[in-house]
Amino acid sequence: RDFNERCAQCSEVNWGLTDGGRFYCRSCHNVTERTREVVNTDFITNSRVQKISKGLRKQEKNDGGCEWYICEGFQLVLKKQAEALEALGVCPQMKDEILCNFWRCYLQKSKQAYCKRPDGETVKALSVCESSTDVDSDPERPSLLHLLSLSESEGDLQTDCSFASSVSKVSESTSVYSGSVDGSLYLMKNQKEKLTMTMPMTLSFCYMALLWLREPITLSELLRFVVEGHIPYLNVFQHFPEKMKLCGLDLRIFCVESWPIYEEVFNKMHELAAFLDLPRFPDITDSCFLHPDMLCMKYLMEANLPDELHNWTCRVVKKTGIGEVDFLTLMPGNKSTRKVKYDVLAAAVIVVVLKLLFLLDDHYEWLLSEFAEERNKSNTEGGPYFEFKKWYEVVKQSLDVKQKKLDEERAKYLWRCEKPLFYSVKNKSKVLKRRQMVVNLQNQFGKLSGSVRRAEKPNPSSFQLSWSEENTDGSCFHGHSLKGVLQEKCGLLTAMNPDYWLCTVKLCNEKLCGHLAHYREVEFPQSYHFVLGLFSFLLRIQPSYIHDEVCMIEHKLFNKKLYKKLKYNTVLRK
Amino acid sequence: SSHEHKLNFRKSKEACLSYIQDALLQKQWKRAAEFLTCYVESLEKDYSREHVGPSEMIWRIGTEILWHHSQSSMKEFNCFMEQMKTLGVKRYLKVCLEHVFHLLCNGQIDEAYQNLSLAESWRFGEQTAIQDKEMKLIEAYRGLLDYYSWSKQKNILLENGEDGFSDLAVEQEMHSYFRKAAVNLKEIIKIPGVWDVFVKCYVDLLEFYGDHNEARQVLNEYAYNSKFPANPNAHVYLYQFLKRQGESKKSLISALKILHDIVPSHELMIDFNTMLQKSKKRKKRRLGLEVIFAALDYAGWKENAKAWSCLARQVKQIVISEKHLDWIKQEWNSRKDWWPAFHFSRYLAKRNWQENKSLSYEKALVAGILLGKDCKYFKYVSHQGCKAQLKRFRMLKKFVNRHNPVYLRISG
Repeated sequence: RDFNERCAQCSEVNWGLTDGGRFYCRSCHNVTERTREVVNTDFITNSRVQKISKGLRKQEKNDGGCEWYICEGFQLVLKKQAEALEALGVCPQMKDEILCNFWRCYLQKSKQAYCKRPDGETVKALSVCESSTDVDSDPERPSLLHLLSLSESEGDLQTDCSFASSVSKVSESTSVYSGSVDGSLYLMKNQKEKLTMTMPMTLSFCYMALLWLREPITLSELLRFVVEGHIPYLNVFQHFPEKMKLCGLDLRIFCVESWPIYEEVFNKMHELAAFLDLPRFPDITDSCFLHPDMLCMKYLMEANLPDELHNWTCRVVKKTGIGEVDFLTLMPGNKSTRKVKYDVLAAAVIVVVLKLLFLLDDHYEWLLSEFAEERNKSNTEGGPYFEFKKWYEVVKQSLDVKQKKLDEERAKYLWRCEKPLFYSVKNKSKVLKRRQMVVNLQNQFGKLSGSVRRAEKPNPSSFQLSWSEENTDGSCFHGHSLKGVLQEKCGLLTAMNPDYWLCTVKLCNEKLCGHLAHYREVEFPQSYHFVLGLFSFLLRIQPSYIHDEVCMIEHKLFNKKLYKKLKYNTVLRK
Repeated sequence: SSHEHKLNFRKSKEACLSYIQDALLQKQWKRAAEFLTCYVESLEKDYSREHVGPSEMIWRIGTEILWHHSQSSMKEFNCFMEQMKTLGVKRYLKVCLEHVFHLLCNGQIDEAYQNLSLAESWRFGEQTAIQDKEMKLIEAYRGLLDYYSWSKQKNILLENGEDGFSDLAVEQEMHSYFRKAAVNLKEIIKIPGVWDVFVKCYVDLLEFYGDHNEARQVLNEYAYNSKFPANPNAHVYLYQFLKRQGESKKSLISALKILHDIVPSHELMIDFNTMLQKSKKRKKRRLGLEVIFAALDYAGWKENAKAWSCLARQVKQIVISEKHLDWIKQEWNSRKDWWPAFHFSRYLAKRNWQENKSLSYEKALVAGILLGKDCKYFKYVSHQGCKAQLKRFRMLKKFVNRHNPVYLRISG
């Protein structure tokens, strides 16, 4: 609506858009040659994209709703998420500039807006109800019924056939059962293009923006904040304005019933970056939070490990080259470089360092620990020597408590919200009745739960485990010294441990297997499993992902030896 | 736990259910309630493919919690049950029935009756036909409560009857309860099943009103119709009825025969053996011996003096008559390897002597015959008995000594 020229015919300024994307005068229906180039960025809240359509479209639905498009919905979601991130301390630039631009670019590239001809094909009539053998006029398009039944396996929303049959026959250009204008179209397109917007993808957008700005939030943290409720995701549609009515197929798009998966968000982000033809991202240098040196420091603290280990992590980072700017910085579209998971990488470095110093073969680390314990008895000066056994006991206990708490929280997670969802007006009353019953039952049994009140959302915190040096019970190991496991050789401090075992001798092809290695708990030492488990808890990902990174780092570290002496078993001499 | 990081609605609720289950098993009602509060939102999701859906889960779990939780009242319980009735039409009658059971357990007979009447009048299209079985049960239980009312009226009448006055109103009420009860009870016992309580009540009614034929028929059906599941109680009820009717020993014996086959350790075996022992027919006496030996195979009878006295009496009688020693031999054959340790150990001898002299007397007699005068049990008990200068023990010792050759013939 930047178009402010007067109409040639009637001199009014009252423009709308035709199907072809041309401006027409609403007063006299004079069509111009001008096409829509740039649209106001704030088109979410008040504006509506109006079209002359061949069929009838109710301008205002009876229930006070308005017409809205799916991408408007997503735009709202992104806005909310950005605001939440801002509240968490992210710079406002993210919301106002970066994310906004990314989104605009996306809309343009996917031809949903900001272009000459919006890709809004008129929705053909889809008669679904009477006969299940009805097929669309376009045989390539999957039928609506098929789409509906697809999501059952994911434990998705109610999609039984009775719903399908309640979808009314429609005239030519109105959408098939959704509150939004193009809900069904959106789902149809899903089959062909891989970058149709989804809820998990909103997080990919956020992460991409955070990465661009090099904000100190890792992807695992972002996802944790989502689960903890600090960033809108589950039931975000609650915040849609009243007149944006959500029903029918919109639910499939906007209602999530599972937590976002790290891999999925991560991979989508990279696809997105390539799709948007973004240039090389800002450099990740060694002063960035996301650099392994920095992240290792954070994770060492959180894992209650001695600060002295940081020297070792830096050494490993340097030796393997994973601290190099070119390795760490994202080049969208570059298929040859491995995509970096900063958080997992840093955790893996720590694991490798632990293996270097303690071997972690369920034997040596305990011997070393006893040795350190002995030396600690006569150790009067300086800090105590680090004893693996003590550390293990302290951390395991805390970890077990936290894990148990987390498991319970997961079981008590509430997925539904106040705003009821229904597919059609027909099952609205049933849904409302059910909701009422659920609320009644929650009240009744809530009272019987005793004094346990549902804990308020925990304050967002970057650290899940914290250890204080002020505790006199010796449960904080930050200040402990590694002298117990090191020795001097030629003026240098080296590990007493002369051995190392590789997690895997040969790396798999990630593109074929999906993983670099295949982790099975029974095949590896318990101590190794414990350490993986610790970081798995902190990052909320499967241990196998950390294992993959460990393998990758090991192969970089022992690169020369591996190629030279292929006949060796897994034990190598450093 | 696998610390699964992928979590969705379904898995989250599965986990929730397992926490509820643990809490229930450990009787932690508050904790169970806590988790159930989180589980109930499952109702808003479609689980039509699952075998047991959330509405059934919530009904069953909620019932348990409300029944046992200290802060829960009957009012809350009833309110909850009413809600559950609306949740699943396919389960409506079942929920009604279980609600009635709880009311009965709580002594609220009148409320239970009201609920049953209400349920009886429920109609819901084809569901009514599908839930036919539950409906029959509901009618049967209402019949039972009618019986209970009848019984109360009857007692009132009997008490007042001593005054010479018979209250007509009470009598009429009593009869009307009888009619109502009889109709429903009769219906349910037609269907193959285990209906002990219904049968007993119905027979009671019939007997009171003098319809013994019908009663006999009902009991015979219940006991002998092969469509009905094998039920020892059916035979017990029949036996008791026949006894009340003063039937011949022959029919009593035939009633108990099947009971012996099904439950050799039944307490009526003593009566059975007693009848059989006295019989003139050799076959019956033989059966009696079998019956009493079989009963004493069971640990629950080890210290039953009456049973031992039955066995002792019969064994003694056989030994004295010197006829049918082979019966004892046959019975003893399969038992001689384990009865000595089971019944006749030295430890048991001491204990029995200390605790129950009559028991030890009877057992000693049997032991002496079966195992000879030199067996541990007999030696100890008879010695103790003689030391205590109890006459019968001296007699016992003489008897066994005299008949020791019998033992040799038995064991050989």
